Amino acid sequence: MLRSYLPILIQIILASLIGFGILGLSYLVGKHKPTPEKLMPYESGVRPTGSAHERFAVKFYLTAMLFILFDVEVIFLYPWAVIYRELRFFGFFEMLTFILVVLAGYVYIWKKGALDWNKN
Amino acid sequence: MTLPQVPILPILPELILTLFGIAVMLFDPFTAKPHKSWLSSLAFIGVLAALAGNVLLLAAEGEYYNGMIIVDSFSVFFNFLFLIIAGLSILASRQYLVREGVNHSEYYGLLLFATVGMCFMGGANELIMIFIGLEITSISTYVLAGFRRTDLKSNEAAIKYFLLGSFATAFLLYGIALMYGATHTTHLSQISSALLTGRIDLRLVLAGTALMMVGFSFKVATAPFQIWTPDVYEGAPIPVTGWMSVGPKAAGFAAFLRVFFVALPALDQKWFWVLWVSSVLTMTIGNTAAMLQSNIKRMLAYSSIAHAGYILVAFAALTPNGIASIMFYLLAYSVMNLGAFAVISAWSLSGERRVTIDEFAGLGYRQPWLAAAFTVFLLGLTGIPLTAGFTGKFFMFRAAINSKLYWLTIIALLNSAASLYYYLRPTIAMYMREPGESGRTSAPQDSAPLQISMATKVVIAVSVLAVFYLGLFPSTILDFAQSSAFLVH
Repeated sequence: MLRSYLPILIQIILASLIGFGILGLSYLVGKHKPTPEKLMPYESGVRPTGSAHERFAVKFYLTAMLFILFDVEVIFLYPWAVIYRELRFFGFFEMLTFILVVLAGYVYIWKKGALDWNKN
Repeated sequence: MTLPQVPILPILPELILTLFGIAVMLFDPFTAKPHKSWLSSLAFIGVLAALAGNVLLLAAEGEYYNGMIIVDSFSVFFNFLFLIIAGLSILASRQYLVREGVNHSEYYGLLLFATVGMCFMGGANELIMIFIGLEITSISTYVLAGFRRTDLKSNEAAIKYFLLGSFATAFLLYGIALMYGATHTTHLSQISSALLTGRIDLRLVLAGTALMMVGFSFKVATAPFQIWTPDVYEGAPIPVTGWMSVGPKAAGFAAFLRVFFVALPALDQKWFWVLWVSSVLTMTIGNTAAMLQSNIKRMLAYSSIAHAGYILVAFAALTPNGIASIMFYLLAYSVMNLGAFAVISAWSLSGERRVTIDEFAGLGYRQPWLAAAFTVFLLGLTGIPLTAGFTGKFFMFRAAINSKLYWLTIIALLNSAASLYYYLRPTIAMYMREPGESGRTSAPQDSAPLQISMATKVVIAVSVLAVFYLGLFPSTILDFAQSSAFLVH
């Protein structure tokens, strides 16, 4: 049973090799001459003021959460689109139902004003 | 590739509830504030439609969706129970939500969605399905518990229930994973046959059983996993507390019963003693702590713990009669508790004031009918003859006696007798004390005549009738329950 997980293990190894490999190479091969300007969050940008540990308006979290919700729901469309031909009308109506439910949610948050940044 | 045929009938009540739930949510932003109440009527119509759909299920017994969903009289019985609870709760909430200024239709949408989850728990034939049903129910319940969102206690209740509930769900899920690891299936009857082959790792199965038991014990609030109950029940809005103490609890018991009697009967001698000890602890802790409470919601929270303990007595009987008596008792307990909470909701003042037991003083003179109904519910919860509570307890304890659980039954009877003390306290306050005697000075507007809405009156009247009907003519419901308690072979 464990053998079926072998491709996943290989993928994890490959992904970490590439990730750490590129970072490590640039660390080993590249030149390091740090200056205060280079170390700023935005080199040649606006100078940062104050601490980053501040309280944010809850609106940011709401927007982020709504984004994740709809983003994840869109991901379901990919596997569906790949096998759309095999699923035919069954797949079409299943996805239609799904999209309608998502749409209902979208209309709900829209009319509730969750997408309106200026509304309290 | 063959395409799956999708039968709609086996999940008809769930589908109807989902559609109405979505409709309630969707129409809410389009409805002006003064007209919001029609959405609660829409939700109520949804429940009635689902009840009609559930009648059709009686003719569709069998397993569906690769065995994930089972339609049998057990699941149909629980569907009826959940829908009755949802319908009464919707009616009981209308006046309260308007009074507390939280008349948002999401309340009714969440209530319908939670009922969908509960129906799935009753009809699940497979561990993953039970988990999904449990999650649908729990997530809606977390939000409902914090529905008075400007109130600190309500927030506390929601956060506590959310954190502890997620933790308990993780236990359940881990148990499911271990069970799958040992038996290579999540299908309940296949687990049962895998256990009989003897070619499985029993240690894994036992660990999985223990973890699942933790998860279910949390959801039905039995000792030692009952700690969250009083705080959550006290903080949640009154109608939500009433609903939570019967709905999700009954759903938890439905899944608990099905998993342990269908999948794990081969191990019943191992989990029997866990049930026995948990039952004694639950009853005793619930009843003892209930005597010390001054807040009526906390008192009924501990009382609901005690009742879960009585139910475990019949659970430990390990017989079809025990299961049937649990089903009957869950119905009886539901109407008694929903009725009691409807009375509390009617008597309390905005901001959830006037909810201590002392503050029920004088109710007997000011609202004789309300007080009489409350007395009926409290006597029913005690288990006084002629009420549903008595017949329910009688059947449960008889099932335990038939399984020769003499000590457990004696402990349960002693507990039941002791509970009379705290159930009588509000009654004494209502009839034998003058208002203000407890030293509290009540504001003048507090003694204004009570306005009780028609919906609340209907809930209370239906509950009183049901308490007497189940108490005097239990045979119809009990026969139906007995015909569906096939679970033990």
